[in-house]
Amino acid sequence: MNQFLSCMTNRRDFIRITSMGAGVLAVGGGFYQAARAFSGPGKTSEAILDLARTPTYCEICFWKCAGWVYRNEEGKIWKIIGNDEDQHCSGRFCPRGTGGVGMYYDGDRLKTPLIRTEERGKQVFRETGWPEALDYIATRMKSIRNAHGPESLALFTHGSGSTYLSSLMKAFGSGNIAEPSYAQCRGPRDEAFMWTFGEEVYSPEITDIRDTKCLVLIGSHIGENMHNGQVQEMSDAIDKGATIITVDPRFSTAAGKSKYWLPIKPSTDIALLLTWIHEVIYNEYYDKEYVEKYCTGFDQLKEHVRNFTPEWAYGITTLTPDLIKKTAKEMANAAPAVIVHPGRHVTWYGDDTQRIRAIAILNALLGSWGRRGGFYRPARQTIPSYPVPEFPPLRKTWQDLFPGTYSLAGGVVSNALIDASIPENKPAYPIKGWIVNGTNLISTIPNQANTLKAIQNLDLLVAIDTMPMEITGWADVILPECTYLERYDALRTGPHRKPAIALRMPASDPMYNTRPGYWIARELSKKLDLGQFFPMEKQEELLDWQLKQIGSSLELMKKTGVITFEREADDLYFAPDEEVAFATDSGKIELYSAYIEQLGFDPLPKYTPHEEPPEGFYRLIYGRAPMHTFSRTANNPNLTDLMDENTVWINPKVAKAWALNNDQYIRLRNQDGVVSDFPIKIRITERIRWDSVYMVHGFGHAQKQMKRCYGRGASDTQLITRVMTDPLMGGTGMRGNFVTFITENSDREAAS
Amino acid sequence: MRYAMAVDTKKCVGCSDCVVACQTENKVPIGYCRDWVVEVIDGTYPQLEAEIRSERCNHCSNAPCVRCCPTGASHIVNGGIVLVTPGKCIGCGACIASCPYDARYPHPEGYVDKCTFCQHRIVKGMIPACAAVCPTRCIYFGDLDDPNSDVSVKLKKRKSKTLIPEAGTRPQLYFLI
Repeated sequence: MNQFLSCMTNRRDFIRITSMGAGVLAVGGGFYQAARAFSGPGKTSEAILDLARTPTYCEICFWKCAGWVYRNEEGKIWKIIGNDEDQHCSGRFCPRGTGGVGMYYDGDRLKTPLIRTEERGKQVFRETGWPEALDYIATRMKSIRNAHGPESLALFTHGSGSTYLSSLMKAFGSGNIAEPSYAQCRGPRDEAFMWTFGEEVYSPEITDIRDTKCLVLIGSHIGENMHNGQVQEMSDAIDKGATIITVDPRFSTAAGKSKYWLPIKPSTDIALLLTWIHEVIYNEYYDKEYVEKYCTGFDQLKEHVRNFTPEWAYGITTLTPDLIKKTAKEMANAAPAVIVHPGRHVTWYGDDTQRIRAIAILNALLGSWGRRGGFYRPARQTIPSYPVPEFPPLRKTWQDLFPGTYSLAGGVVSNALIDASIPENKPAYPIKGWIVNGTNLISTIPNQANTLKAIQNLDLLVAIDTMPMEITGWADVILPECTYLERYDALRTGPHRKPAIALRMPASDPMYNTRPGYWIARELSKKLDLGQFFPMEKQEELLDWQLKQIGSSLELMKKTGVITFEREADDLYFAPDEEVAFATDSGKIELYSAYIEQLGFDPLPKYTPHEEPPEGFYRLIYGRAPMHTFSRTANNPNLTDLMDENTVWINPKVAKAWALNNDQYIRLRNQDGVVSDFPIKIRITERIRWDSVYMVHGFGHAQKQMKRCYGRGASDTQLITRVMTDPLMGGTGMRGNFVTFITENSDREAAS
Repeated sequence: MRYAMAVDTKKCVGCSDCVVACQTENKVPIGYCRDWVVEVIDGTYPQLEAEIRSERCNHCSNAPCVRCCPTGASHIVNGGIVLVTPGKCIGCGACIASCPYDARYPHPEGYVDKCTFCQHRIVKGMIPACAAVCPTRCIYFGDLDDPNSDVSVKLKKRKSKTLIPEAGTRPQLYFLI
């Protein structure tokens, strides 16, 4: 590739995204002197194609694609291929799912239960067996319950283990079960859609991208966020000639596929949205019949946006009036087959619920909700639960911790539980114990100092994970979970166009001294005298019982992996004359929200200017890479091979002013003086605005036991010390941080 | 029969699923790859254009790697697929030097390795692993002699290019642009 690199002008970026094939670069003595142990032409024998396979659904991200795990000649896990019958993936896994085998084979996995022997965070543990580890936890859980009440125990969880640990928590008497995927991610969008349409957008999202004529992405970088079904449908839409409009300060992959890219000034999205609403209303682009029939509050909305003209927005967003007008018209031309995408990770500036409300309102005006090419009506297969005793009533909930806050939150706000673990915040009752499952809170929750302070005030911190993460280093007890390839889990029943279920079963026995989540929860329940909540010894008995209730069985399910059912009615979209009862207070789509007003917030979204970077600082924007999920895949050998560090994207003008070079390592310092633990490589690129820098989230791991990813790249979370909390629902806005560059003492060697 | 592949650069998102699927399918050791992804950005902010390409061996009709191989390990089989017989390869690296596409790598077991168009799958009527896994369905594979094959249909409908045509290798990896 050198011949290309050398002839490139500075206006041309050229990168080889994936690993170069280390051998090509290192074509030195090593290769020529290598002992030749020929394996012969049998390497790609045809016999390998027809081997035993077992069904699973993927756990590398939340999309949960169903697939088949193939084993090799020795019966060991070889590859994972998508299940053709599955709506989530249509037979095609994404790179993370394909690389899921690396999660199983990662030699750095947690291998046996560990108990801390020195002070928290020093990471000195002794190995132990399961009985002692579980006894240790149960004893401390009981003493927390006796001293403070069961609700003083909190669970932070993500992924499949949640099901059983949540049951355990409820049986124990605590409803303090938080998924950071709410307040650190999708929460604002769930509430915004809930309080506009009376329904959330679910996961997988009910966006009918496959049949859309116009897809509008507001900072949503489909293709880099590898939400499989959406990426596939966006590709289908491109094939069919759909228009893509992308709003992003960064030239995202999706922007590269867009007819219109709006290189917006960061933090001004609401101004653009209000202006689009203005354009749609005052040019009478909106769907009059739909608005008349289904919406309330149109007149207030019309009055509210009267002055939000494209010229007004120009001064705020830096987007030309012409571009704003053209894109509004484009959406109107496509309506109702238009999607103004709700996004997924939307905790940006603390006014996120209001921003997504503006998105919801725009969709309503265009009549896309309930229409082909807009948002479809999901269907879900319900599976009966095995009868267990009723959970005890909750004495206190998370809302009692800080009364009157986050009144719109429909999910448990993880940061509220963390704040309540710090006595000086004076919560109404203390949180004294955490069980943390499958979420690396140190990389998940912004303001790390606050999280660590909370940890130091706990009586118990249990980490349940497959990998040694930063959070496991702070734990009192670490329980090693086996990976999804080594266990049964609850049936996947998420909504889609057609109701469907998917099975996960083990392709291998658990490696090392690891155990599945069901077993862990059940054994703990026995030690807490709560065994009645987990009547089945093995999860497969439970699955078989459940499947038999719907006329199938575990044996049948093992053969297909997925069962797709027909919808009960042909109602994927609203029928032309359908009377729709929306699950809102008024029974209509609420453009104007009296409920939100009643809570003391703006009933219609407003634009509020946000702080801008000071001289010499740049707004820190972060996002996803298609080959990694959060920080959890950073050590996966197959995925590390595709991307083993993040880079900081810097505009060439900025790089020139700072005399920075491509591939140079630097450290970043934020507005509060926090310096990244590790240096990060520079990528000078036209793809980022001059007032911002960009990096992929999930790198810069400080956990030495993850040998492949330790110290590789920088952690955005570490630099996100300023949190702009959404007063409506507690979401932690993370885009209000600014960084500058430190070139001294920043080479790779200095780091290691 | 003339196998060829066409990659739709308008749909490819550069996710590298083709890379990891190839690695697992063909048991390519970690740290090496038979296919890879290239991203080219042209212009100045905000007037930018992107092209993303999934690249691999071009299975050239006039393959310099085959011509320069001293042992005959590099050879062409039915359908124009360029293959390496590991047992015949002495690892001299002449083919690596001759390939304008940088498509070959020295396998740690001592021979030169590269994309085979997943010949072991083709003979079973399957498509290459990269094409089968691609979430954007941007990789089309088939027989150019069959006018109804996926690849023939796409090349007929769409504008396409090959890489470094001036090298005279007559590459069979096309990019839809």
